[in-house]
Amino acid sequence: MMTITKMLVGKVTDIDTRGSRTFRVNDMEIALFRLSDGEVLAVENKCPHKGGALSEGMVCGTKVHCPLHDWKIDLHSGVAMEPDKGCVVTFDVEIDPNSGSIYVTI
Amino acid sequence: MIAARKKLVLVGNGMAGVRTIEHLLKLNPEGYEITIFGSEPYPNYNRIMLSSVLAGGANMSEIIINDLEWYHSQGIKLYMGHTVTSIDSESRKVYSDKGITAEYDELILATGSNPFMLPIPGADKEGVIAFRDIKDCQIMQETAGSYKKAIVIGAGLLGLEAARGLLHLGMEVTVVHIHDYIMERQLDEAASVMLRRELEAQGMRFLLHKQSEGILGKKRVRGLLFTDGSTADADLIVMAVGIKPNVELAKKSGVQINRGIIVNDYMETNIPGIFALGECAEHRGIAYGLVAPLYEQGAVLAKRLAGVKVEGYMGSVTSTKLKVSGVDVFSAGQFTEPDGSRALRYQDEIEGVYKKLVIQDDMLIGAVLFGDTSDGAHLFSIIKNKENISGREKELLLGISADVFSSTQGNRLEVMPEDEIICGCNGVSKGTIAEAIESGGCTSVGQIKACTKASASCGGCKPLVEGLLQLYAGDAVTVVKEGICGCTTLNRDEIVSEIKRMKLMTVKEVMNVLEWSQEEGCAKCRPSLNYYLGMLWPEEYIDEKESRYTNERYHANIQKDGTYSVVPRIYGGVTSPAELKKIAEVAEKFAVPMVKFTGGQRLDLLGVKKEDLPKMWEELDMPSGHAYGKTLRTVKTCVGSTFCRFGTQDAISMGITLEKQFERLNTPGKVKLAVSGCPRNCAEATIKDFGVVAIDGGWELHIGGNGGVHVRATDLLCVVKTEEEVVEWASAFLQYYREQAGWNERTAHWVERVGVDNIKKALESQEERLALKERIETVLGLTTDPWKQIVNEPELRKNFEAIAQIESV
Ligand SMILES: Cc1cc2nc3c(=O)[nH]c(=O)nc-3n(C[C@H](O)[C@H](O)[C@H](O)COP(=O)(O)OP(=O)(O)OC[C@H]3O[C@@H](n4cnc5c(N)ncnc54)[C@H](O)[C@@H]3O)c2cc1C
Ligand code: SF4
Ligand code: FES
Repeated sequence: MMTITKMLVGKVTDIDTRGSRTFRVNDMEIALFRLSDGEVLAVENKCPHKGGALSEGMVCGTKVHCPLHDWKIDLHSGVAMEPDKGCVVTFDVEIDPNSGSIYVTI
Repeated sequence: MIAARKKLVLVGNGMAGVRTIEHLLKLNPEGYEITIFGSEPYPNYNRIMLSSVLAGGANMSEIIINDLEWYHSQGIKLYMGHTVTSIDSESRKVYSDKGITAEYDELILATGSNPFMLPIPGADKEGVIAFRDIKDCQIMQETAGSYKKAIVIGAGLLGLEAARGLLHLGMEVTVVHIHDYIMERQLDEAASVMLRRELEAQGMRFLLHKQSEGILGKKRVRGLLFTDGSTADADLIVMAVGIKPNVELAKKSGVQINRGIIVNDYMETNIPGIFALGECAEHRGIAYGLVAPLYEQGAVLAKRLAGVKVEGYMGSVTSTKLKVSGVDVFSAGQFTEPDGSRALRYQDEIEGVYKKLVIQDDMLIGAVLFGDTSDGAHLFSIIKNKENISGREKELLLGISADVFSSTQGNRLEVMPEDEIICGCNGVSKGTIAEAIESGGCTSVGQIKACTKASASCGGCKPLVEGLLQLYAGDAVTVVKEGICGCTTLNRDEIVSEIKRMKLMTVKEVMNVLEWSQEEGCAKCRPSLNYYLGMLWPEEYIDEKESRYTNERYHANIQKDGTYSVVPRIYGGVTSPAELKKIAEVAEKFAVPMVKFTGGQRLDLLGVKKEDLPKMWEELDMPSGHAYGKTLRTVKTCVGSTFCRFGTQDAISMGITLEKQFERLNTPGKVKLAVSGCPRNCAEATIKDFGVVAIDGGWELHIGGNGGVHVRATDLLCVVKTEEEVVEWASAFLQYYREQAGWNERTAHWVERVGVDNIKKALESQEERLALKERIETVLGLTTDPWKQIVNEPELRKNFEAIAQIESV
């Protein structure tokens, strides 16, 4: 069983705007995205289609285009946009406004 | 006094029955008091679109043909979820399983058909289904969420469409077929084999020549057992082995049946007042399983019921089209060769095109098309109209030239009867489309589609719809403008000229000023805008790496397993023992799983982990080979006069010069060059974007070649004498391409689109060439090697590494 843990993974400035960084927890890779408005979101780095690395995709607004076959995933909900169907796991992210530290709850 | 309305009852709320009612209401809106019974708990929906729903092309709500509001507004009494269990033809009454009795004067049976389930042990297990209705579709969607392996039994149209849908849902799909080749009821062997290869490339697996014996598993299916003793694992089995007309109710009620309910040319059964049509009916020995014939039957029956004079139904020639994206298959009429007929075939393995026409007594009686089905609708109408085609056979086989097509098509459409069906999928007749144009004001195919549903499903009838649009709308036809992507209606040229005119400097600015519908664009327009801005303002624009594709951001090719490949630059393909040793050492050190020569004479180190990329580049200490981007890839060379006894010029040094000149150049699409030392052309320069072939005392310059999916040989641009001239022309050509082509447009398409002569003209004057050369040199002067840059800049390098190392949770 997985315990729920909140952990520090880095700073907002470690991620480029409209870019992504990843980290591994146990067997899972998680991708962090930093949107144009500064928001940071975390999802499992595995496209619901064929497992493409979402971190390598292009970020448009609040969505990322998977680099393998261009599925569009909403980073808030993890849901794939129509006409595709599927969903990735999302994780809660908190940012310390003073230090810019990113905490992800897993 | 108004005569009392007659009572009409329809059993079967499906495509054929409701279509008849629609037609009848148009002919005689007041004639009947209508009651409809349907077993399924839905209003009438488009069954054939279930394939699209499964494959993600439509959602359930889009496939409803008649919503409940329609029944209400037409005054139809609808009993949804009611099955009619018996008919009393003496007292003219029907009874439903939920206790409703309805009286009728006229009764239509349109009960469709039932999927045929193989009577093998285990066929009743959980997870064994057919593909027939919304319920089946939903089960497949749900199963795909929690299970992995699917087997489809039957490689006919339905089976393959089910299999494609399941693949789309992420399942591993195996199609089991009893014959040696798939879709044998519609295709000959050659087309069938091509189709199978295509589907295999999409990820479908096939087990051919296999007969199923039993279904394994306890409560739920776990596998399939074959008569040869072998087995295959399965969490879901979809049986698509055929359908049988649903005649149970008719049989019980004394209506004469054979395979289907026997009807005459007016859809009358043997019992007065009872009609049948659709898949449940058998007309002249045939029970059809496609919608086009059903709609033709519906038109006859509607007229018969409305008391309009009608010629009887004469049977239908059918055509089919496989609704699987990425594959075009069309088959009509007799596709095998009956005695006394002859066949014409055309096969192009490279383009993946196959065509076959079957001809008898100077008439086309059948056709099979694979890969290019654009002539399908036209050939089908020649078959149906029994036109004499003597003398035109070749033309028909090789494709109809556009103007010949439109003139004969125009005439043919003009004389076509009003009620002839144009869109077989949705049963839209010529008359309906004509009306939509003439009184409905439709001026584009899109509007006709929205208004009548014609061409909304398989799209096969689009050429005919376009033809009708020409015929009835004439000059009013609007060509709907398509932008470079869904975020804008502007095309490439408009965008580029607006950027120039208003001096727009960033992607964001372009999107704001030109009113993009998506604030941050999409994966199509972002890279295009990034390219156009860089092309227009080479000195001012700062490239946006977040608007580039993965490969161009990581300067390596992403592979399907998420690893990358590394290709160092080796100018002209000429290396040295020392360089080879270094590459070998790096490959060993990083345990590179595969080292391979590329098609362009370079070495490819495949299977590299992302975090190793900068480290490898550092150790290699070679420039990036740019094997991943829209840029100059390689200049392939032959040995030329340096060693070859035929060589007339030094191909190697020419190749190296060109590669050094143009490396790192950003271009709309990738660019490949080659130089051959004599016309024997060992470097295959005539299928390159820019090819140089040495001749005695000079060089031939070739443009617009491509060796990929669509092979295209180059066009000769000109012949020059000196090495400087080669560089001058190459510079001018590449810069002109950079400035004129659309992003992602390879030279082959671009040359074809604008025409070689126009390109020749643009490059004709030396003044112009030198101006272009100067511009390309400016751009080239600003480029740097991306690998070195990443190695040296921590801010860029960080993106190749994990943000945090977390032990475990
Ligand atoms: C997935 C799929 C894809 C297809 N693709 C194509 C295609 O591309 N092109 C094409 O031409 N055809 C296609 N077909 C075939 C086409 O859908 C059928 O030919 C057509 O729907 C038949 O119409 P119908 O009205 O005869 O039967 P149906 O549409 O099946 O309607 C019969 C209805 O009657 C109801 N019913 C039966 N008995 C009773 C009763 N006793 N009381 C009350 N209601 C009853 C049934 O529940 C059903 O709803 C496809 C079929 C499927 C399943
Ligand atoms: S193209 Fe001519 S010069 Fe070059 S290798 Fe072939 S034969 Fe020799
Ligand atoms: S793996 Fe993401 S779109 Fe295919």
